[in-house]
Amino acid sequence: MIRTLMVATALATLASPAFAETITVAPGDGAQERLQEALILAEPGDEIVLEAGRFALTDGLSLDVDGVTLRGAGMHASVLDFSSQQGSGEGLLVTSDMVTLRDFGMENPKGDGIKSKGADNIVYQGVRVTWTNGPDSTNGAYGIYPVESTGILIDGAEVSGASDAGIYVGQSSKITVRNSIASYNVAGIEIENSRKAIVERNYVTGNTGGILVFDLPGLPVKNGGEVLVRNNLVANNTTPNFAPEGNIVASVRRGTGIMVMANEVVWIGQNMLYDNPTAPIMVIAYPLSFDDAEYNPYPREITIDYNQTDEGGTDPQFEGAEQLLAAFGGALPPVMWDGLEDSEWATLMVHPDMAGWSVNLPEQGAGIESANPGPLDVAVIGQPISIEGWGAPEELEARLK
Amino acid sequence: MIRNLAILGAAMATLAISAGVQALPPPKVNDPLIMGDTLPKTLGNFGFFLDRAGTNPTPGVEPYRLNMPLFSDGAEKLRYVYVPEGTEVKTAGGGLLDLPVGSALIKTFAFPEGDGLRYIETRVLLHREEGWVALPYVWNEEQNEATLALAGARRDVATPWGEQISYRVPNKNQCKECHGLNGAVTPIGPKARNLSSAWLQSFLGRVPDGADTMPKWEARETADPAAAARAYLDVNCAHCHRAGATASNSGLDLRWEVDDAHALGIGKRPVAAGRGSGGHMFDIVPGDPESSILVYRMASDEPGVAMPELGKATVDEEGVALVERWIKSMPAR
Repeated sequence: MIRTLMVATALATLASPAFAETITVAPGDGAQERLQEALILAEPGDEIVLEAGRFALTDGLSLDVDGVTLRGAGMHASVLDFSSQQGSGEGLLVTSDMVTLRDFGMENPKGDGIKSKGADNIVYQGVRVTWTNGPDSTNGAYGIYPVESTGILIDGAEVSGASDAGIYVGQSSKITVRNSIASYNVAGIEIENSRKAIVERNYVTGNTGGILVFDLPGLPVKNGGEVLVRNNLVANNTTPNFAPEGNIVASVRRGTGIMVMANEVVWIGQNMLYDNPTAPIMVIAYPLSFDDAEYNPYPREITIDYNQTDEGGTDPQFEGAEQLLAAFGGALPPVMWDGLEDSEWATLMVHPDMAGWSVNLPEQGAGIESANPGPLDVAVIGQPISIEGWGAPEELEARLK
Repeated sequence: MIRNLAILGAAMATLAISAGVQALPPPKVNDPLIMGDTLPKTLGNFGFFLDRAGTNPTPGVEPYRLNMPLFSDGAEKLRYVYVPEGTEVKTAGGGLLDLPVGSALIKTFAFPEGDGLRYIETRVLLHREEGWVALPYVWNEEQNEATLALAGARRDVATPWGEQISYRVPNKNQCKECHGLNGAVTPIGPKARNLSSAWLQSFLGRVPDGADTMPKWEARETADPAAAARAYLDVNCAHCHRAGATASNSGLDLRWEVDDAHALGIGKRPVAAGRGSGGHMFDIVPGDPESSILVYRMASDEPGVAMPELGKATVDEEGVALVERWIKSMPAR
């Protein structure tokens, strides 16, 4: 008895707060109400456990309590099935801080999959979002969708079929996306208007474009940058673009590997890039007109370190591709730049062993018809950059199982 | 029902006599329950109404109406405000009534049935010391009790125009999706600009600046197209589409007081619309409602496309027409 008590004391010390509860929710009748009620009545520190099985849901779920863990029996074992969803813009909405989502799957949400907004220090581990019909413009936009948050760790996730980006991080900072699989989305992984992000060791395949680092005008959080993209396998991103028109990713060309649009300080290195036949690596200015005095449409201080690639753009989706291919001997070199730059900044630095070409557009907003293509002539890679303070905070790592 | 009342009346009369009291004290709203920290199980606990059917408000529970209402699948809405005795109501930003701690807003959603109304749900907003709390109560089949539905509910109803829909009662968190501002629950509806001067005079004893400036829904056809549409968008969209609220990341700000064309969606590209774009490039294309994402999403009832995302199973055709008329009136560019 005394021994048991001592163990209990030790456990209580480990867990915080001391009276955290575990609430188990089973699939079956009334799952919608039972699960939603558990999410509402949870106290900070509680764990809500999804038993194995399929949870048939008709409405979006939401969590607004800090420090709650929602976990299942595995990304294929506990499945939140939204095939019959009747309302809400996403499957699960998280609006509280210090939340952990682990080991469950979600299928066929009508809008986005899991959205966490203003939800600081969130962990997504071993979470899956799948549209089971494959690439389709009627699928929801984003699979995993943290936005306006500080402290995001996505590890071991899988997203497939999103009609915009599989894993989309927007208007956030201190972000890590790693060990995840993004396949058959329009964009595999997208970091947009965000700061201090590390994207590493992901497998990004079968998308229209693999990894996008975008900075767009007119958003409440501006001036994206400080993004590190390393050690990813980005292969076979050859699915025709199925994004609905009007969305910025609808302009991404089939066969794009890693793409940087605008942004300040991005480092791309040690990735393996195969069969991305428009451009393994693309660096461009924002191509559209805009009305935002604070916005800089040019990429600044973009470093392309050594990456392993195939011959490059063997089937580029541009007007005049045939002439281009002929001019470059059958394949466009792996690094493509539009040639546009901010006169006050160094735009692009490239490892000497990485071949490239420039579209040489005359001005921001110009179309490809005014291109004057030629070999890439930019500075070679200089000093390494510091990534201190980039990526998810340490305390999030401690929550991984 | 009548028999029950008679028994209750008799019992109370007996009580009164035995206590030696001449008259019953006037019925009162349960102030401690509003101010407490519990989630009361039934609406009746609050004492907002004299009858179990929730039709007859207790003295101090004041009915009000809005010039421009929020569309909720055509539900008839019965709105009440309660302010505890001896407290003062001020006005806050945007003319929002700054109701003191202890106040409550009560809104019943009902659909026509026969000659009367069938109550579906009553939502209450309670102003407690730590902030506002939003709770949804769902009415029973017998229409004599509404019980707390933290997780929300669905009910099959017929709209006033005869469309059969699955009506969604929001869950407690969904209440906050619309009522959330900078992380806290806040009332949306009772703003001076959307309340009649006469009502404000009787409720506040004064008419705040900018009161009663939003066009009335009934007068929408003859009102200035921009004013009518902007009032509609403020009331139906701007609780999310503004800084600090649920859709802040979209950059769209549809509040009545906004005059920046881009923030209002004019020539603005979508951010996270997905298939909600409908293949269109801009939120609003002046002169061209058919090419405007705003109209496309309002005119959809499909989850993932439809706006608003919550509280909508069917399209507000008249609201769509109002916004179309405004966009059409803008000079094309």
